[in-house]
Amino acid sequence: MSAGKTQHNHMRYDLQIIASWIDPGSRVLDLGCGSGELLRFLINNKQVHGSGIEMEEDKVAACIEKGLTVLQGDINVEVLDYPDLSFDYVILSQTLQQVYAPDKLIGAIMRIAKRGIVSFPNFSHWACRMQLLYTGYAPVTKQLPYQWYNTPNIRVITIKDFRKFIDEVGLKILKEVAINTHSQNRYGKIIKFLPNVRATYGIFLIGN
Amino acid sequence: MSEYIEHDKQGVSVGIVEKKLFTFAEPPDEMVLENGARLGPVTIAYETYGTLNADKSNAILILHALSGDSHAAGYYSKNDEKPGWWDIMVGPGKGIDTDKYFVVCSNIIGSCMGSTGPCSTNPKTVQPYALDFPVVTIGDMVRSQKELMDYLGAKQILCVVGGSIGGMQVLEWTLRYPQMVKSAIPLATTTKHSALTIAFNEVARQAIMADPAWNNGNYYYGPKPNLGLAVARMIGHITYLSDESMRLKFGRRLQDKSDFSFNFDADFQVESYLRYQGKKFVDRFDANSFLYITKAADYYDMEKQYGDGSAVKAFAKASAKFLVVSFTSDWLYPTYQSRSMVKAMKKNGLDVSFLEIEAEWGHDAFLLPNERLTNLIRGFLERVCRENTT
Repeated sequence: MSAGKTQHNHMRYDLQIIASWIDPGSRVLDLGCGSGELLRFLINNKQVHGSGIEMEEDKVAACIEKGLTVLQGDINVEVLDYPDLSFDYVILSQTLQQVYAPDKLIGAIMRIAKRGIVSFPNFSHWACRMQLLYTGYAPVTKQLPYQWYNTPNIRVITIKDFRKFIDEVGLKILKEVAINTHSQNRYGKIIKFLPNVRATYGIFLIGN
Repeated sequence: MSEYIEHDKQGVSVGIVEKKLFTFAEPPDEMVLENGARLGPVTIAYETYGTLNADKSNAILILHALSGDSHAAGYYSKNDEKPGWWDIMVGPGKGIDTDKYFVVCSNIIGSCMGSTGPCSTNPKTVQPYALDFPVVTIGDMVRSQKELMDYLGAKQILCVVGGSIGGMQVLEWTLRYPQMVKSAIPLATTTKHSALTIAFNEVARQAIMADPAWNNGNYYYGPKPNLGLAVARMIGHITYLSDESMRLKFGRRLQDKSDFSFNFDADFQVESYLRYQGKKFVDRFDANSFLYITKAADYYDMEKQYGDGSAVKAFAKASAKFLVVSFTSDWLYPTYQSRSMVKAMKKNGLDVSFLEIEAEWGHDAFLLPNERLTNLIRGFLERVCRENTT
């Protein structure tokens, strides 16, 4: 991928990949946009019309102070208000595993956008498999650092699961990249060989 | 709105300012009000800070709440004890930066702070209007402000901003003059009063009208209904605070005593506070203005007026970029009311940002020093200003 711009390299690695998939000038909604890192990059470098939804007051405030269009709320509820096909892309990065009803959310995303971009930690990474196999405990890794009783990551998703799900709900995978990186890391690499075992994150571009 | 006027901690101020008057609708060309009555001449008190730029694109209009006035910032004289009511927000380098923007604050018709209202002289009788003053609406207030902005030469308004009843005027501006308003910041406000809010206003009005001195509004040559107005203000102050803020501010603490007095003096601090606020208010506010402005606010229903009862249909007329802000402890205009307007804006594809600020001070939070609110407004204005010029 063409990183190019200096700002690019300051972003989380998965966000760098997501940014590279977005066409200049498009309408983008970032669900769970955090402090607006990706949105700001896309507005400055790709001239997108971007907005975001975020739950935490501090993060929403940081976004609005930067001049971003962001509203505070629950992504599962807020997506319901937009008219059909309001956006070219709706982004859901590192959040799907925390959603109570992923099928409903993906459905809502595909109603309001032509394309969805979804990234999530891959639960079938070899480190997870080994822990479960050899220790018998639920995996705790750098990407999924919580215990079963305090994890926000309530959905166990693998790259293969997601492909199967997209197929079952009648959507199409338009692009797919598996990467090896840590959750907040700026660096990483693309995994082409045995991604379901070797990748820590999967990133998908989906459409109808 | 309460009064929390303090000097700027850093001593930053827009400096000495002057209240100005603009008069239009001279008879026989009176202003035809929403209820069909004719009013003229109409005077609007206003203040301006900063300079209108060459392409006349940097005007910001501040709209005040119930008891506010045109004096949003600065001082009237060197010895002035207090600055304007939003001096913490408006000034050089502040959230609403008077070095960058041409800031206008307009008083509302119906008020007693320099604009035409029930205490103004009726040209037909050469007596105060009293209850002959027509019942004005939020729409009438905004139409008169439009006359002012035209007179000042602002071709567009970069932003209209205000809280509470000022926020209702903000919403009205975005629907009535969508081409003129580039952005809007409705703070702690609603598209229509709830039954709870109307109820509080009605009790306050009844307190005034039950005062024998009110005399059907004709008190301008005799004793004023100070007792009634003071009680009305006390009710207002309860609604501006919150359970939490009153608990923190007063609790059950007693005022200058260690035990109950076993009579009906003000024993509790909260009683003493409300009595003080009530007494202070009667010196500066006209009881009839209180009736007129609260009625205008109760009547306001932009959903009915612009959308046949639908907020979604109403906001279809707007094109401004919005920053909607509510406060967690505001029970007069609770967050659900802001959320419902945000929802209607989203359904129309409007550019809207929304934040509910965690604040314990109830409805009054929008007037208190709040770095978060200042930074939100600054960031939002910088963006809309940038997007407006490109």
